[in-house]
Amino acid sequence: MASEEIRIDHSIIYSIVEPGSRVLDLGCGEGDLLYPLVRDKQVRAQGIELDDKAIQECVKKGLSVFHDDIENSLREYPDHSFDYVILNQSMQEVKKVDYVIREALRIGGKVIVGFPNFAYIKSRLMLFFHGKAPITKSLPYLWFDTPNVRFLSITDFRDFCAEKKIRIMEAHYLGEGEMVSFWPNLLALNAIFVLVK
Amino acid sequence: MRGKFIGEYFKDMTTTNYTATNSSVGIVETQYYTYAERGKEHKLESGDTLGPITLAYETYGELNANKSNAILALHALSGDAHAAGVHKGQDNAGWWDDMIGPGKAFDTNRYFVICSNIIGGCKGSTGPSSINPATGKPYALDFPFITVADMVHAQRHLIDHLGIERLLCVSGGSMGGMQALQWVASYPERVRSAIPIATALKHSPQQIAFNEVVRQSIMADPAWREGNYYEYGQPEKGLSVARMIGHITFMSDQSMEEKFSRRLKSGKFSFGFDPDFEVEGYLHYRGANFVKRFDANSYLYITKAFDYFDLSGKKLIPHGKIIDTRFLVISFKSDWLYPSYQSQEIVRLLKRRHVDATYCELNSTYGHDAFLVEVEEQTTLITHFLDKTFNGYLVVDRYGI
Repeated sequence: MASEEIRIDHSIIYSIVEPGSRVLDLGCGEGDLLYPLVRDKQVRAQGIELDDKAIQECVKKGLSVFHDDIENSLREYPDHSFDYVILNQSMQEVKKVDYVIREALRIGGKVIVGFPNFAYIKSRLMLFFHGKAPITKSLPYLWFDTPNVRFLSITDFRDFCAEKKIRIMEAHYLGEGEMVSFWPNLLALNAIFVLVK
Repeated sequence: MRGKFIGEYFKDMTTTNYTATNSSVGIVETQYYTYAERGKEHKLESGDTLGPITLAYETYGELNANKSNAILALHALSGDAHAAGVHKGQDNAGWWDDMIGPGKAFDTNRYFVICSNIIGGCKGSTGPSSINPATGKPYALDFPFITVADMVHAQRHLIDHLGIERLLCVSGGSMGGMQALQWVASYPERVRSAIPIATALKHSPQQIAFNEVVRQSIMADPAWREGNYYEYGQPEKGLSVARMIGHITFMSDQSMEEKFSRRLKSGKFSFGFDPDFEVEGYLHYRGANFVKRFDANSYLYITKAFDYFDLSGKKLIPHGKIIDTRFLVISFKSDWLYPSYQSQEIVRLLKRRHVDATYCELNSTYGHDAFLVEVEEQTTLITHFLDKTFNGYLVVDRYGI
């Protein structure tokens, strides 16, 4: 794990988070995103993770984690408990997206959401020409074996934020190894949004 | 004397969950500390007083120069001060020997581990079977009612006596976990971290109900004699039934199925009321063993103490108080005596108060006994949690992350 290259989405989130801030990472996995923030930016971090093996890895990294699913993990926190609440590559695995985003905005100043773009060009081509459920770098799962329960495009998410009156402060679009600056809904594999109330 | 816990019984049966290691703290000796002498009696939560008070304890490893590496291990209902190593001339290892020792979860190469017995017990500390200085006879039911807070208060005197200002960690399972929580509630500034395992902020009605049946089975035995049995011997029938009830609650449905199934002791039904099934034989064996090593009145007093225990609401951390004690909370999926929801209640309370904490529910089939048996995963969690508490983030570089 030590030598694994830093994921591009992690490096974007790393650059967004201010030093010394309080961070809650929902679906923190083995702590690969939180750990550099704690080490270099003296962030006060808390993770939420459902997989007990992943929790063991987090504890090895010195991280504090709660064994819980995302939807159940938010209620207890007082308002403004964190500066950032992160939902990176975990929002699409949540059923009550609306509730989770609302709760995240309640307990955190800013919410960082990273998700795979279902309208990426290769997805569209696969669906159109092959008539099959798309498999891409950001959506690598077979239809019967995916943890994802929500499939959305960048445009869908923008519409969602507009309808819920959530302000988008920043948007970052990730292609295959580089950033995407135009037609993101067609050309981006992943998107990272910074939201505020 | 046989080992004390069902955990040891399980170890004989399984190799997967028990990491055999030869590293032991070696030969150890129980020590005794006496305080609250005449005129300085200990004021108990009930308003009564007790004194003098003796606490049995053992220590493993070395206290460092600035006394910052001390860990207090706290035992469950029927445990004692003998947590690790062996006593001279005997071969029964301490109750948490798998977890305390060189290179183990509570690594005695790095930490100074203290295991303290409790007041009310019968393993060398002052309890109902001790001699009442006022009468020259055992206290029996003249022994005052004690609470978990009283147990911890007594332990604080021991920690003072050992010259330790701040404990690196307090940890224990079951009632040991309650004592760990009580340490945080009573003396937060003296505890850098706490590891409550398979425990609760308060007993549920179901847990109180089991304890009441346990107490009633002791008191229903005529040999109990209103507690004054010391000249005659223990109320063996009542106490052994009490312990049998306990052992049912320590196991899970699945672990009992795996261990006993419906196997018969002699291969066929006896058509009588002697134990036919292996599970019956096991419970009888456990009950019979227990009466040799544990005082019936102590069982009454201690079960009452943890029925009274309640740190819910604002009692763990008083309103407005900020504590910097770190927490590692551990529960086990198949533990129905102290179900995970009770550990999650601890976690919710810590969340509300922004306390730095980790919670993990481990996937064990051993029921409540898991805290004694599931060594490997607990060791990973505890080792790294303590490392971080002791050394801060410096440790992390060591793992090359």
